[in-house]
Amino acid sequence: MSEISVTVPARPGAGGGFRRSVLDALNAFVPVDQIAAEERAASLAKRSLKKDSKVWGLKLAISMIDLTTLEGKDTPGKVWALCQKAIRPDPSDRSIPSVAAVCVYPSMVPHVRRALEGSGVKTASVATGFPSGQSPLEVRIEEARRAVAMGADEIDMVINRGALLAGDYERVFDEIAEVKEASSPAHLKVILETGELGSYDQVRKASMIAMYAGADFIKTSTGKIGVGATLPVTLVMLEAIRDFHHLTGVRIGMKPAGGISNARLALSYLVVLYETLGGEWMTPDLFRLGASSVVNDILMQIRKEATGAYQSPDYFTLD
Amino acid sequence: MTRLSVRKTYKLYIGGEFPRTESGRFYPVYAAKGKELLANACRGSRKDLRNAVVAARKAFAGWSGRTAYNRGQILYRIAEVSESRAPELEQELRRAGSSKGDARREVELSIERWVHFAGWADKFPQILGSVNPVAGPYYNFTVPEPTGVVGIFAPETPALSGLVDRLAPAIVGGNTVVAVPSESRPLAAITLAEVFETSDVPGGVINLISGLKSELVSWLASHMDVNAIDLGGVEDDALRRAAQEAAAENVKRVVGAAGPAGDDGRPSLYAIRDFLEMKTVWHPMGV
Amino acid sequence: MTEEIHDPRGALERLKPGPAAPMPVSWEYSPSRESTDHVRFRSRYDLFIGGKFVAPLSKRWFPTINPATEEVLAEIAEADEADVDAAVREARRAYEKVWSKMRPAERAKYIFRIARLIQEKSRALAVAETLNGGKPIKESRDIDVPLAAAHFFYYAGWADKLDYAFPLRKASPLGVAGQIIPWNFPLLMAAWKIAPALAAGNTVVLKPAETTPITSLMLAEIIQEADLPPGVVNILTGAGATGAALVRHPDVDKIAFTGSTEVGKRIQRATAGSRKHLTLELGGKAANIVFEDAPIDQAVEGIVNGIYFNQGHVCCAGSRLFVQESVVEPVIRKLRARIGTLRLGDPLDKNTDIGAINSRQQLDKIRELVDSGVTEGAEMFQSSCPIPSRGYWFPPTFFTNVAQSSRIAQEEIFGPVLSVLTFRTPEEALERANNTPYGLSAGVWTEKGSRILKIAQKLRAGVVWANTYNKFDPSSPFGGYKESGFGREGGMHGLEPYVHLD
Repeated sequence: MSEISVTVPARPGAGGGFRRSVLDALNAFVPVDQIAAEERAASLAKRSLKKDSKVWGLKLAISMIDLTTLEGKDTPGKVWALCQKAIRPDPSDRSIPSVAAVCVYPSMVPHVRRALEGSGVKTASVATGFPSGQSPLEVRIEEARRAVAMGADEIDMVINRGALLAGDYERVFDEIAEVKEASSPAHLKVILETGELGSYDQVRKASMIAMYAGADFIKTSTGKIGVGATLPVTLVMLEAIRDFHHLTGVRIGMKPAGGISNARLALSYLVVLYETLGGEWMTPDLFRLGASSVVNDILMQIRKEATGAYQSPDYFTLD
Repeated sequence: MTRLSVRKTYKLYIGGEFPRTESGRFYPVYAAKGKELLANACRGSRKDLRNAVVAARKAFAGWSGRTAYNRGQILYRIAEVSESRAPELEQELRRAGSSKGDARREVELSIERWVHFAGWADKFPQILGSVNPVAGPYYNFTVPEPTGVVGIFAPETPALSGLVDRLAPAIVGGNTVVAVPSESRPLAAITLAEVFETSDVPGGVINLISGLKSELVSWLASHMDVNAIDLGGVEDDALRRAAQEAAAENVKRVVGAAGPAGDDGRPSLYAIRDFLEMKTVWHPMGV
Repeated sequence: MTEEIHDPRGALERLKPGPAAPMPVSWEYSPSRESTDHVRFRSRYDLFIGGKFVAPLSKRWFPTINPATEEVLAEIAEADEADVDAAVREARRAYEKVWSKMRPAERAKYIFRIARLIQEKSRALAVAETLNGGKPIKESRDIDVPLAAAHFFYYAGWADKLDYAFPLRKASPLGVAGQIIPWNFPLLMAAWKIAPALAAGNTVVLKPAETTPITSLMLAEIIQEADLPPGVVNILTGAGATGAALVRHPDVDKIAFTGSTEVGKRIQRATAGSRKHLTLELGGKAANIVFEDAPIDQAVEGIVNGIYFNQGHVCCAGSRLFVQESVVEPVIRKLRARIGTLRLGDPLDKNTDIGAINSRQQLDKIRELVDSGVTEGAEMFQSSCPIPSRGYWFPPTFFTNVAQSSRIAQEEIFGPVLSVLTFRTPEEALERANNTPYGLSAGVWTEKGSRILKIAQKLRAGVVWANTYNKFDPSSPFGGYKESGFGREGGMHGLEPYVHLD
């Protein structure tokens, strides 16, 4: 990877001088060795977290969660219940923080917004023809704009995977930049849908394009294709974030989503984060976990650490 | 009217050329029976050895870098040229004391050996190499590679086929050689060098230094740029032992440590393997 | 949970916002120490001769310590010449009377048994290895012990298949093998030595390193438990003099040595004229070459694994890093950052990356060479990780601005110390990589397939790791070119040092 000098004032919405930069970045494309990346992730997953460091990590994990429901059968009632869980994941334990955000389809945004009023928990909405992104660009942009107008603090958009795989990087870039502009001032999370990209090389490419085009976060997955986040793909994206930070001075957030099914795994994601980007990134402002089912497992682990007894799901609310 | 014959001057063979020894020394070579002086052979010196090792090292990259097919062709070419010069080689052996029949058989045998080893060039890596089923997402293979510069002390007898038996397996594997031929019967070897010279063997791949083994063995054994040494032709136990000790200075591979009796004389794959290193390469298999 | 409020479902609390997220801080992982409860050492270990633990004729014992704490773990017998003789006699008797006569398939089953017992006792062996050698438990647990079991498993299967390994030749055992192993991978090196020797039908006298005898003695207990016929494997503890006596013993047919090049040369000299078969696995100063098109983040992992694995106590360590000039900046920057994340400390902690230096003597040697690097003008970067007050420790270190001629670029340091050199062209990289008397291993990092194959071919080294480093497998031959020794261990090629071909 050769060093590119990029002058970054503030990132403008629609590409601008960054067009040149992203092309330079692709010229400086850094390949990723699959096996070595996976071995590194596997070795980090073997970190053994005990006692205080475990409880601290678990509580931090709770505070980073984007509690999500993305179903056709979502109702205001269901969303309301989820929001209650988001604000106080474990009402019996004052030390448990709220989660970071509640993430829903645009039609549910007003309900979420109301339910979360004053809680500090953010309202997030998927948009842009989620999950496939196969709608006309104008429609995708308009969807993002409307979601923000309805009260979304954060937009989770999907990239045009077809264009990426076809090598039309410029199009991928321009679309992200346009959504960024349309959804301002909301925070933009760009979903790469890594399970469809086929290799870590493509993941790295997509990460770089998304970051240069205006992403505030890059996110692994929609959770809708069977393949969600993995530790190695998260590692590869974090390394891209690290390089982007070095090149531009800008800190981009990371959101693994999908498949983070238990507390142990959630902690492993934090370990990968910590040992790749360090303590600075250990905040919900720069790291999110797209996971819902994991919350109760984390709460059970925290209570186990406090009481010394293994816990039953019967004592934790399903919302 | 009798014609006065033109005698051959027997010289060294270094870097594809036939220099006299830099020392200017010689030693008399007699026919096995009687005292008939056959020639004044060069009594090679440590400096001749040094020059030969330099030539061998210089030739190593090129020779080991040739295709196996090409090395095989050159060995076969040695067989062809040996065949056409068989009478001359026989004559050398007969002058040194072999019977007519023995001389013919030995020359024929040495030609057979060149053919045999020529055929090995592009096969031994397939027999000696391997693909290794490691427990992980890695492609892992082992290939034989030449050891480098090899020093060979050829047996006293058979003077020709004994040398060929050690030389052919060393060079077919891609090594370059500095060989000390039979001390008592060096002439056939020197005539063989003329075969090499006309067989497309690149200069420096084979170097022959005639002389007194007792004088040369310690220099070759202690030479830091020689990677392996064949002591099979050193008859004296104490000399061989001293050579083995000297060889330790750069961890040389030593073959023929048991001396002449230790060599079963069968041409084989295992003689090639004596001068090979196994290289194992790992590479991940990913997308 | 401190206040007792009757609010099982949190009805009262539900609508109050939760507290703020924990603030970003340096995340101190709490100690996560592997339990040692199930590992009990004897207070004193005798010699393992003829299937029994017997007191040394020398009547001498020496303490063995934990290099991380300098605490004594046990007293270890010191074998002298008479003990060596007793062991060799037992090995000879077992060879003549039992092992060479046994059906190969039966030999195989004994070796399989040993493999299985190592697996059964893997955690205890890992803990012992870490206590006695100082290496991180994650390495002894995940690498040393599983590989040792795998090695026995692999060679067990060869015992009745030797005819397939050597076409047109009858492979017969050599007899009694004297084997001397180093302290960096004590159990694994014992497995590397014993497994192929037994498979080929030899009997063994093994001498573990002076500082790390315990897992070899635990292996002796396993061998007893496996009901291996007495005398087939004998284990003699002691220092250099014990090894020298074994090398000199006239009734030993084969010497296999892994250790320093200096001692290897001494052994080669000592066996001259003896007709003893010899294989040597010696030192190294491996080049690890990073090209500009390499997967940089993974290459940095490979560099770290190449030199800091097992505190750099690795003969094949990638101790000379060659970086193409166009990527020197990112490689060094990332390497610095990565070294900062390495956790040095209690080897029994599952999160420890860098354990203790094996001995005071080794620590002194590392310090001396590092001082020479500073004196010679190289620029040193050292992790600022805290160093425990007791025990032997050395922080991960690398040097830049290293001259090819400097001692730290030439001599084997055998510690966590890397020399970084740069190059401009592939030719230059190769030329300098090969510019060493050693030739054990090398690494190359590039995405270009044809370059990998060319560089791998041109490197004069017995093992080439391309886009990876420090990988081992029982089926993969290992051993050096040039002064790194001769003979191969592992794979089909690893049988050859233990057979005579008729």
